Amino acid sequence: MKPFSIRLEKRQTVSLRKQILNPILFVLLGLVLSSIFIAAIGISPFAVYAKMVSYSFLNLRGINGSIEAALPLILCGLSVALAFQMNLNNIGAEGQYAMGAIFGGSFALFGPSMATPIQMILMFLLCAMGGAVWALIAGLLKAHWNVNETIVTLMLNYIALLFLDYLCYGPWMAPKQTTAISAAIPKNLYLPDIAATKTNSGILIALVIAIALTLFLHYTTAGYQIHVIQRSVKTAEYAGINVKRYIILVLALSGAIAGLAGFVQVTGVVHRVQAQLPGGSGYTGIVIAYLSRFHPLTVILVSILFGGLINSCAAVQIMGVPSQIATMIQGCIMIAVIAGEFFNHYQLTFPTKEREWEVNE
Amino acid sequence: METVPLLEMKGITKRFGKTLANDHVNLRLYSGEIHALLGENGAGKSTLMNILLGIYKPNSGEILHRGEKITIKNPKYAAELGIGMVHQHFELIPPLSVAENIFLSMPHRRFLLNQQEMEQTIRAFSEKFALPVDPAAKIWQLSVGEQQRVEIIKLLCRDCEILVLDEPSAVLTPQEAKEMFKTLRTMADDGKAVVVISHKMNEVMEHANRITVLKNGRVEDELLAQDATIERLTKAVVGARTMDEVTAKPQKEPGKRLLEAKELTVQNDKGLIALDKASFELHAGELFAIAGVAGSGQRELAESLAGLRPSVSGQIALEGKDITKTTAKERIGLGISFIPEDRLKMGLIPGMNLKQNAMLKKFRGPTCSKGGILKKKSIAAMAQAYVDEHAIRHGGMELPVSLMSGGNQQKLLVAREMDGDPTLVIAAYPIRGLDIGAAEAIHEILLQQRERGACVLLISEELDEIFALSDRVAVLCDGKLMGIRKTADTDYEEIGRMMSGELA
Repeated sequence: MKPFSIRLEKRQTVSLRKQILNPILFVLLGLVLSSIFIAAIGISPFAVYAKMVSYSFLNLRGINGSIEAALPLILCGLSVALAFQMNLNNIGAEGQYAMGAIFGGSFALFGPSMATPIQMILMFLLCAMGGAVWALIAGLLKAHWNVNETIVTLMLNYIALLFLDYLCYGPWMAPKQTTAISAAIPKNLYLPDIAATKTNSGILIALVIAIALTLFLHYTTAGYQIHVIQRSVKTAEYAGINVKRYIILVLALSGAIAGLAGFVQVTGVVHRVQAQLPGGSGYTGIVIAYLSRFHPLTVILVSILFGGLINSCAAVQIMGVPSQIATMIQGCIMIAVIAGEFFNHYQLTFPTKEREWEVNE
Repeated sequence: METVPLLEMKGITKRFGKTLANDHVNLRLYSGEIHALLGENGAGKSTLMNILLGIYKPNSGEILHRGEKITIKNPKYAAELGIGMVHQHFELIPPLSVAENIFLSMPHRRFLLNQQEMEQTIRAFSEKFALPVDPAAKIWQLSVGEQQRVEIIKLLCRDCEILVLDEPSAVLTPQEAKEMFKTLRTMADDGKAVVVISHKMNEVMEHANRITVLKNGRVEDELLAQDATIERLTKAVVGARTMDEVTAKPQKEPGKRLLEAKELTVQNDKGLIALDKASFELHAGELFAIAGVAGSGQRELAESLAGLRPSVSGQIALEGKDITKTTAKERIGLGISFIPEDRLKMGLIPGMNLKQNAMLKKFRGPTCSKGGILKKKSIAAMAQAYVDEHAIRHGGMELPVSLMSGGNQQKLLVAREMDGDPTLVIAAYPIRGLDIGAAEAIHEILLQQRERGACVLLISEELDEIFALSDRVAVLCDGKLMGIRKTADTDYEEIGRMMSGELA
């Protein structure tokens, strides 16, 4: 072996400290990377970052805006994170979100009016059902004929989004509107803000779901079975676990959570149903789920950071920075963190003569 | 025999972390001899051979080739020296033909394969060393014995002078093994040095010229085969511990009929019939062994009894009730325990910790959960009880079981499967790859289960193990049940003949 050779060794365990420090370090690296592009258009990256942070996170209005922007991202992120607990690649959160909005929207726009709490709960359940039904298609195909769920969920996105387009450009389009948008939903279906801080109360829904998901995964037999299936389908079958049923269950649940993104967006933010409502949240949700290492509570944190990024776009545009800059920064951070993930599993060693050929058998 | 060895390894020491895999090992190989390398699992045989093949580099020691000091830098250099190995798991590409496979292994091959020339070379070696094989046949069509021959021809085509074979008889019937050793003898007579790694003493004494015994990484004994006796080899292999025919099993009258399989037919993963109309009865308090060469339908039999593989036809009845259509979950509930052969792929989840593995079969039960909520404290107590009862050594309850040694992993698996007093215990190769201490512990547990009144179905390829433990033995060959014998009324010879499909 050459004297300067570097070897990669697989790590057996990763300390919690490393697990936390690693992504922070690589997020910073991602920011360094994106500052090259910002500098290239002749603006100081420090000024841009400073403006972003101060606009999105250093005042209540900014924080509220960031949280609002984060809401659909959280729910899509949780949806993806849940499916991944069983190695299912649900990249269809976008479509499930749209179907949630369609199911809920049809009730909100054309359903009977009734007592507010009942109407709200029905709206909530219908949005969840829309997403669940859409994901269930992929779940049934996967469980019974082993059809690749990645492709099915992706393809279903197009169908759902185009169906939403059809509704909003066609039968649901509000009179005297020039854009593809429905009439406003009844006022009693507006999700109220938290009185004290004027924060969108959708965040409470997201928080409850994230906590429930964490408890579900770590403290129930169902969660245990999901993790056994994730590690080894063969072992799961050996233990008498009905793998097919869990594929269907987990995908449906994952879809339901994505469908709730439609609920918070329609009742809490837009108050209408709109063409292209998801606007890529489903895909950003995949990124967020990965960056959060599929931990539900981390999903919330990462989503709010991403929400802040999106929220501050308008502010930095005034400085002459193109609005696409937020997406670009997202991309840089994502690449850096995913590349950094590698170092959680491997470490570089610089072998001395003694250690050169040690192999762990 | 020449005075200068063809190859000599002197004072080879190899460390892996804290463990000494080889400790000043000397090995001399002469051309014209069959040299047996004897030792238990983990004695350092494989490490030594991997050093010979240039896969590992020793920490100290030297290697002499025809008296000249050399360094085997890498596997390529080992091949240039004419050192080659037939691994236990063959390195062949199933969809390609024999000729194509051999062509691919040639070091200085041309870009294109000259089919005729290659086939001619193969035929020449086939005839010279009595290795019948059709060069045009595809690998997947060949039996395990034939595939082994292809591996040997591969080495011959590369002009190997030193051939290492890792447990070559493990996959063969006794009769096939005899043929193989005859071939090895003609190769030795041709001036080659043949190294056979083995742990079967009889075989080694019968076929080798010289024997080197490794124990705990050290050479325990080096002797000529004619000087070897079972006692001397046993002492060298296992040390002070005597092999008092394993724990003497108490005599016991078989109990009531427990399980009945009628004309059970099961397919393998490829959809071919792997178990063909097997009928047998198992009794409570009986240890019933299944003998046979690996891949004769044992896996399919075990998995169909455990409910993991549907049967094509036939019936399974437990205590008179038809359970053919029941699921794996239901059979766990009926008290059928299963120690599968793939310890880390099926029996345990290597990435999960000890507690999570301990609860694998019981998470639905009242010890582990209530209303779908896990009872973490109770689970920890259960795992701790397994650890205490079976002296399982582990680095911590929260660490993945992949960090435990093979013996401790198997103890955990067995502890879990024995919990709750099963009625039927299916044990597939339960001591494979374990050291003697762990193996004895597992045997002890299986006999305890028999004593308690459970039926133990032991699947094994070691006749020694079968004869020491079982009450009755059935033999599988090519998916067919060749017959069932009382162990006391039969011998190695008869079982060996049935394994090769002779007796019906």
